[in-house]
Amino acid sequence: MNLAAHIRQRLHDRRILLMTHVIVGYPSLEINWQMLDAMAQADVDLVELQMPFSEPIADGPAFARACQQALENHTTLENYFELMDRSAARFPMVHLMMGYYNVVLQYGHEPFSARLAAAGAAGCIIPDLPLEEYGELLAALNERELQAVQLMTPTNTLRRLETIGKAAQGFVYAVARKGVTGRRSEFSPEVFEFLSTCRRYSDLPLGVGFGLQSEAHLRQLHGHADIGIVGSALLHAWESGGLEGYRKLLYQLAAARF
Amino acid sequence: MLRELFEFTRPGYYGPFGGAFVPEILHTTLQELQQAFTCAQQDPAFWEEYLQIMRSYSCRPTPITFLENLSREVGGARIYLKREDLNHTGAHKANNVMGQGLLVRRMGKRRVIAETGAGQHGVATATMAARLGLACRIYMGAVDVDRQRPNVFWMQQLGAEVIPVEAGQATLKDALNECLRDWAESMADTHYVIGTVCGPHPFPQIVAYFQQIIGQESREQMLAQTGQLPRSVYACVGGGSNATGMFMGFLDDPQVELVGVEAGGLGLASGEHAARIAGGGGTVGVAQGYKTFFLQDEAGQMRHTHSVSAGLDYIGVSPILAHLHQIGRVRFQAATDAEVVEALRRLMRREGIIGALESVHALVGALRDAGSMSPEDTILVNLSGRGDKDIFTIAEALGDAEWVEFLRRKVADA
Repeated sequence: MNLAAHIRQRLHDRRILLMTHVIVGYPSLEINWQMLDAMAQADVDLVELQMPFSEPIADGPAFARACQQALENHTTLENYFELMDRSAARFPMVHLMMGYYNVVLQYGHEPFSARLAAAGAAGCIIPDLPLEEYGELLAALNERELQAVQLMTPTNTLRRLETIGKAAQGFVYAVARKGVTGRRSEFSPEVFEFLSTCRRYSDLPLGVGFGLQSEAHLRQLHGHADIGIVGSALLHAWESGGLEGYRKLLYQLAAARF
Repeated sequence: MLRELFEFTRPGYYGPFGGAFVPEILHTTLQELQQAFTCAQQDPAFWEEYLQIMRSYSCRPTPITFLENLSREVGGARIYLKREDLNHTGAHKANNVMGQGLLVRRMGKRRVIAETGAGQHGVATATMAARLGLACRIYMGAVDVDRQRPNVFWMQQLGAEVIPVEAGQATLKDALNECLRDWAESMADTHYVIGTVCGPHPFPQIVAYFQQIIGQESREQMLAQTGQLPRSVYACVGGGSNATGMFMGFLDDPQVELVGVEAGGLGLASGEHAARIAGGGGTVGVAQGYKTFFLQDEAGQMRHTHSVSAGLDYIGVSPILAHLHQIGRVRFQAATDAEVVEALRRLMRREGIIGALESVHALVGALRDAGSMSPEDTILVNLSGRGDKDIFTIAEALGDAEWVEFLRRKVADA
């Protein structure tokens, strides 16, 4: 799949796309399915399925706890890929793998890429794998038309942003604020400045994640970004409001795209 | 060999180990740290300032003690101890934190964070922060907070904020993850004082640089006191900072055997240990920002580890030591909890020295091998820390009924 082209095409009738997030195995595989079903009904554009890892250094406390719980639930890699198989076959969202490098390394670059492609993913996001280390994995992914999504962050120097921009595939994932997922709620003006800097260094669609909580956040991004990425807010909606609360936030977010 | 170790062909790599596997948000911070460190390293006044502060604040050079009674009892090589337990705060950790403290001052940062397992690195960081006027937060696994309450008390008294980490196994590795999370938000004014030769580049290099003072002193002292180089040098290995610092002094003496001793826990066969290399079960992986041997399952999830000593209870091992193991320069073995408690008892009774449980792992290795060596040979063991902090654990291991009774009375009074 040409991910960038697909994103641009969907942007014809909406001002921003919505990307959501699931930690596979938390709260359970059955509930993951309900979440994915709800996403499809809300016409979510993209979803990242997170592969649980015992040392999730780029995740905030909520996701770290969820990863741990998923592992305690004995979620295996096979469970992960089976869920991706079923979901990508059944639902129209673009599916991306999100996870930490060690799990990929142990599976093997080639087998991992092959399995991910077979599951119907469009690419992957590996937050602890810097550009310089992507080499062999990147070749294995690209051979199967899988895209390696790279992150741009506000602490990067312009020179580094240029390097990332040149290597980026699919879309650029801009980190809206310093830090790990799920910690802050306010949106600062520097974010918009940062997003326009990101645009200077890449022609690919621009996604924004880390800290997006509400439809208001998504609306504020109209004209500044192409994809709003919501993760921990949805998890929180599930934990506090169950499936109803989850659907409610999904529909609000989905509506805020127009 | 020592010089080539840090002349990287790939930045931050020791053989196939090391690197910097961190979220992009930390990329610039690590580069800035690298620059500040390189700059300090090239400034001769910096090492002089470091030596000065270690002499006046931390009892350096620490002495070498001949274990006359134990050596006679074993009847082989003469065993010497490098007394890192006599450092300020009672362990070699002071070497690293004071050095990093001087770096923090150069970088102009106002706050430090650190992970701690046994609490020694936390206490050392808290003293450094107090001395240099820095705000200080220590992350410590909730399990370790329970195991090492006295150190928690001292960190707090020294003005540090101690945050128990409940995530994961609630031990050292989880405290390290939490530090990386804090740092990803706070790097503008905060330095992460990592406690061991692990984590993303340039941390292993920085910590090794400061800890090499152990090996430098030891080599000179052994030559001066015994007129020869030791046949073998032993150090315990958790993350590996005391071992790396000690071994660096002897890397270019190929006749000196270097031995790292890992935590054998309840025995290698039990699976309840933290022997990543000696146990043969460690496999190459990437976690906590670097590539090395980890105790992990086939899917890459980290396994539960166990040791009587909190400081050795860790899933990974220094990329520098992993490399030195792979090229055959450092030999690894393991000591069980039971062997360690027994060796500690002998060290106390025969020599009047209370070593830390961590450090006594190295002594177990030395006692095991010394008997088959000649009295002409000498062995050097790094006693990386003192054992006062382990009073609760040791009393329990020794089954001291009077101590338990004392605790009951204290609790009843309180």
